[in-house]
Amino acid sequence: MSEQFDLIVIGAGPGGYVAAIRASQLGMKVAVVEKRATLGGVCLNEGCIPSKALLDSSEHFALARDKFAAHGIDIEPPRLNLSAMLARKDDVVKKLTDGVGYLFKKNNITLVSGAARLKGPGADGLQQVEVQRAYHLNFANGDQQPLEAPQTLMASKVLLATGSEPVPLPAIPFDGALVVSAQDALGFERVPEHLVVAGGGYIGLELGSVWRRLGARVTVLEMLPNLLPNMDRQAADTLQRALKKQGIEFKLGVRVSGLRKLGSKGLVQFAAGDDSGELDCDRLLVAIGRRPLLSGLGFEALGGTLLDNGRIAVNADYQTSIVGIYAIGDLIPGPMLAHKASEEGVVCVERMTGQKSAVEYEYIPGVVYTWPEGASVGKTEEQLKQDDIPYKAGKFSFLGNGRARAMDETEGFVKVLAHAETDRILGVHIIGPRASDMIAEAVTAMGFMGTARDLGMMIHAHPTLSEVMKEAALDVHKEAIHG
Amino acid sequence: MEIKIPAVGESVVEALLARWHKESGAVVRRDDPLCEIETDKITMDIFAEADGRLTVSVPAGTTIKVGTVIGLLEPGTAETAAGQTMAAGTAATMQKTSDPPTSPSVRHVLREKGLEAVQVTGSGPGGRILREDLSGGQIPVVKSEEPPDYHGTTSEANEDRRPDPQPSMGEERVRMSPLRKRIAERLLQARQQTAMLTTFNEVDLASLQALRARYKREGRAVGLLPFFVRAAVEALAAYPAVNARIDGDYIVYHQFCNLGIAVSGEKGLVVPVLKDAGGLALREIDAAIAGFVEKIKTNRLAIADLEGGTFTITNGGTYGSMLSTPIINPPQSGVLGMHAIVDRPVARDGQVAIRPVMYLALSYDHRIIDGREAVGFLKLVKERIEDQTWLDGVQ
Repeated sequence: MSEQFDLIVIGAGPGGYVAAIRASQLGMKVAVVEKRATLGGVCLNEGCIPSKALLDSSEHFALARDKFAAHGIDIEPPRLNLSAMLARKDDVVKKLTDGVGYLFKKNNITLVSGAARLKGPGADGLQQVEVQRAYHLNFANGDQQPLEAPQTLMASKVLLATGSEPVPLPAIPFDGALVVSAQDALGFERVPEHLVVAGGGYIGLELGSVWRRLGARVTVLEMLPNLLPNMDRQAADTLQRALKKQGIEFKLGVRVSGLRKLGSKGLVQFAAGDDSGELDCDRLLVAIGRRPLLSGLGFEALGGTLLDNGRIAVNADYQTSIVGIYAIGDLIPGPMLAHKASEEGVVCVERMTGQKSAVEYEYIPGVVYTWPEGASVGKTEEQLKQDDIPYKAGKFSFLGNGRARAMDETEGFVKVLAHAETDRILGVHIIGPRASDMIAEAVTAMGFMGTARDLGMMIHAHPTLSEVMKEAALDVHKEAIHG
Repeated sequence: MEIKIPAVGESVVEALLARWHKESGAVVRRDDPLCEIETDKITMDIFAEADGRLTVSVPAGTTIKVGTVIGLLEPGTAETAAGQTMAAGTAATMQKTSDPPTSPSVRHVLREKGLEAVQVTGSGPGGRILREDLSGGQIPVVKSEEPPDYHGTTSEANEDRRPDPQPSMGEERVRMSPLRKRIAERLLQARQQTAMLTTFNEVDLASLQALRARYKREGRAVGLLPFFVRAAVEALAAYPAVNARIDGDYIVYHQFCNLGIAVSGEKGLVVPVLKDAGGLALREIDAAIAGFVEKIKTNRLAIADLEGGTFTITNGGTYGSMLSTPIINPPQSGVLGMHAIVDRPVARDGQVAIRPVMYLALSYDHRIIDGREAVGFLKLVKERIEDQTWLDGVQ
């Protein structure tokens, strides 16, 4: 069978499902093709959401174990019920993926289950998408039945939003037991004795934190001389010290060169310049990066252009080199972030209807959900120096903040970078408690093209963590009250 | 391929590049609207002559001479053009630190209108552009202090470059568009250079309404205006002075009726001309007027559509006007004003009857049209509308 739409979205992750809803709001007839049994993509199923569920649970466990006594709460040492913790995580995921299904139904979006393949334009000029291997979709309400497969869908526009997949180490493929991806690391049936993490990016640090809090020995191996290479150096170094204090071990500037399996355990071999060494472990989490997920899609077979880094080339309308085929999110250049993909999805379909929408890439925040959290928006000090932009920096520590003291969460700081002449805020970097929520104020101020003085003049409630932002902005002009 | 301001009419020497519909770098297809230009006569779109990639060289809000190159279209199929320079479109949205501060929604509207933040005077604190500064039909565009360099073909109309006077409290100052300025000049000219006078009459529309209802029932509906066009053509034939113009010491009589139909567009009044209306049947007139309305809506009206009028009809009744004195459109000598149809008590055969009545007004140049001719003209229009038996021969 075949059916005709205004827009076919391939992939129901945070890019695709948001684009589909926005397109439906704008009056398009929309179909979404998803090959997973559940909606929400990597973000909801095995990324952002489940990792945050485990980060919060493990944080509670660590608090009870390490910090309650200081607050005057004496308890027996807490015992970990890992299966209950994982079940709660799965429940959080299920509620949210079901929620996406509800939104599809509410917006009259046709959901087609299966793997999509681009077939190019038909005789009528419409793009054809072939869908194979349908799954049964387990919606909570069960009333949106998937269509019979295989089938051909047609639309004048197709939006590719298939996201990305983890990159394996050379010569060390994922096996799901010893060598695992982030997805597997969200569901270990018991706490590893020694978890070795290849890759000092945000995924490795977040999952390393989870298992460290639950009692595992965790060692992070990073090829570059620094963790979180894109983060402001001062912020990344502060975060590294905080994590080290929690017992996470780091080996920087080392390359994983091999793995010897010894029964269910392994011996990770690494090299650092002329030096080399070995680490025994019972899990090796490989989190060295992600790559666009294009296999089976048929994009290159149709003559679609890829950039040197393997991402899809698009223009300002997010149109690929093939007219009528668009791409967003992890498939195209830029940081692989859920909120970047969502915004691109909205902007892409709005531009299809003639609106002059645009993603303002300089105001995309990035967060690493360790504890303390790291969050940033705009340029780092290193980038400003490199681009020869004159700037002033203001910094304020959570140590000088009443609320942080009351919470006993005094690690970290807020740093505000402003243009030396115009005072326009160019970047804000936070390491500290709830940095993920605090960064929103900086994004808003920068989105309005505000200055450090603007931020310093805003009245912040007392006592709150947000006062650190105000003081850091005042410190740009050396006017911090409590500094 | 260069994109130039086209020569839209003999008297048009400059135009305001009002807005770009496409951004620099956009891939366009043949016949896509690229930008909108406003002249003193007309607002129109410039369309892409081929598939290709657009490069904008003159920003929106600039007044430029006809023939100026405002951008480039690198030809190529949309397919190949789309394949070039793609880096997630970041360059187009990057703000320079020298840009005035704006909010995200203000930047969105600026993109929609093809404006740069530096071109707009904001009313917010410190001159910040607020969202409400950009709402409404008129954009408070100011000319930048330093006019952009566009290859030496700067406009001579330097009056626009004076610094804008600051509004007082409780005032808003909005610069007139070229079209509005031209309308203002011509109206004043008509007042000052003619001996304008208006005469009135009333017309009973009961029988015409019955005829139109019958046409409608028969599935061949006709608008109201074509009947007045036909009636005016008849009356102009009977009173040729109303269709004439003064040229120095001469009176020029036209042997054809080019009837201007005043249409109020979004940007101001435009008067497309029905060429040789005397040779058109009712339904041809109806179709021609519908064509003009469609062209105005899609910004495709050409200067040729506006030139050569000998007499004008304006229908203020569309907006419910009871009575008004229209202004003639020089060098024409007369304009017929139609008004709202209202049920009024009138005397018929010694009885008071309720009839649908419209007041008619004829403004005329008393220099060449005598009162007798003007009154006679209007009376003939009235008769033709009240009794349409004469139509049998001409429709």
